Amino acid sequence: MSSIISVANLSKTYGSGFKALKNVNLDIKRGEIFALLGPNGAGKTTLISIICGIANPSEGKVLVGGEDIQTSYRKARSLIGLVPQELHTDAFESVWATVSFSRGLFGKPKNPAHIEKILKDLSLWDKKDNKIITLSGGMKRRVMIAKALSHEPQILFLDEPTAGVDVELRKGMWEVVRTLQQSGVTIILTTHYIEEAEEMADRIGVINKGEIVLVEDKATLMQKLGKKRLTLHLQPTLAALPESLAHYELDLCDSGATLVYDYDTKGERTGITSLLSDLRTAGIRFNDLDTTQSSLEDIFVDLVRAS
Amino acid sequence: MNYRAVRAIYLFEMARTWRTLLQSIVSPVVSTSLYFVVFGAAIGSRISQVEGVSYGTFIVPGLIMLSVLTQSIANASFGIYFPKFTGTIYEILSAPISYFEIVLGYVGAAATKSIILGLIILATAGLFVPLHIHHPVWMLTFLVLTAVTFSLFGFVIGIWADGFEKLQMIPMLVVTPLTFLGGSFYSIDMLPPTWRTVALLNPVVYLISGFRWSFYEIADVSVAVSIGMTTAFLVICLAVIWWIFRTGYRLKN
Repeated sequence: MSSIISVANLSKTYGSGFKALKNVNLDIKRGEIFALLGPNGAGKTTLISIICGIANPSEGKVLVGGEDIQTSYRKARSLIGLVPQELHTDAFESVWATVSFSRGLFGKPKNPAHIEKILKDLSLWDKKDNKIITLSGGMKRRVMIAKALSHEPQILFLDEPTAGVDVELRKGMWEVVRTLQQSGVTIILTTHYIEEAEEMADRIGVINKGEIVLVEDKATLMQKLGKKRLTLHLQPTLAALPESLAHYELDLCDSGATLVYDYDTKGERTGITSLLSDLRTAGIRFNDLDTTQSSLEDIFVDLVRAS
Repeated sequence: MNYRAVRAIYLFEMARTWRTLLQSIVSPVVSTSLYFVVFGAAIGSRISQVEGVSYGTFIVPGLIMLSVLTQSIANASFGIYFPKFTGTIYEILSAPISYFEIVLGYVGAAATKSIILGLIILATAGLFVPLHIHHPVWMLTFLVLTAVTFSLFGFVIGIWADGFEKLQMIPMLVVTPLTFLGGSFYSIDMLPPTWRTVALLNPVVYLISGFRWSFYEIADVSVAVSIGMTTAFLVICLAVIWWIFRTGYRLKN
């Protein structure tokens, strides 16, 4: 797949001297859903702001659809729809007017049928004549999405799209995002909800302290960094681990009631067979066992700590 | 040229005007009428003619300029400050439009509004005093030039301001005094020689003088100087705006 966005050696230093981005290189593939994860202040919003033209880069180059965002900003920006993190709305405008305004701003001729479709897709049609100030937070968020889609962009940036949105509405938005992807729109989302990235994304990038720590296919990432944990429920409980088991690096928890063993699924040998055999030799018995796979969240936390 | 974007911004801003009709149009008309009652009728009745024109008639161009100046600045500064304040500026900055087009949309709408206002005040004045405009084309030229120039100035203030206080500060502390001291209510020839020289440092003097000339062919300074000074101020405002967008001052940093 070809890149629709190509970020090269991008840095941003704010007037205060704060380095928000440090030599960022990133390629977004056409048609994918890319999730950008990172703790607060990692540089997610700064990166998006520069790509969309809201902030000036200090160094580096960004191409959107092959067009330079600075020298060919008209072509580059017309490909992008942006849903910012904060709910910035014109409180006294009607939904219809504000969405139509956005379309005009991007230089597109009027197309009431298209706007009607967007509003219906986002369940805003019956609110089209309402002033934005009268809408709930979730509806305002959808108005922002409608504005971003009004000019039929090829790329959609969703900066924390589901922050403060209830579970049902969040699922609804995921549906909208998937439908958009099917229609060929490339989607870049930033999120705090790892679950959201896990659910939605094709690829995941992790940014921390202004640097891209990792970019990987979600599946590969999960597989590559995924650890599994075997938990044995001991019967009877154990006071201390025998010397013979020391090399397994086991954890004895819950006052000797559970024994925890972390292993790597990517390794050729997991060590489970020999562990179970050695437990039997040592006379340790258990009445139940379970295994859990580490979530993207665990991976994320590990990565951020490591960087 | 992204005409649709200019149109969208222009219409959006004009829609704001119609939404706030009372504040935008009615209140300046009311205050102008009050000026006529106080200065024209009450005080004016005790003042003999000024350079062959009755005092009530004499102050009309100055009153129009007073409103056009302050309203141009207020409209344009608020127009660009408000999106900065609410955050909706993100959309303007991320749209495929040039700085020139952004300025054209905002300043065009602010200037349109104050030109309409100026004409309404002119019509209102016609109800109080007899009016004759010697040079209607020049009158309109001065009106448009002033409205555009001070809308540009207002745009600069709107970008510079990072709070409502700053937004009000320049119009209140600089523009209003300059306008009152710029010969709205008197000819600067009435001043003692020293103060007359000081008054010539006030750019508003040239605007009002030129504008009054287009009405009655009486002026404090030559018309060419008036046009020159107004154009110079226009160019300065344009240069500042060019610099703002080139550096991203208070917009992109």
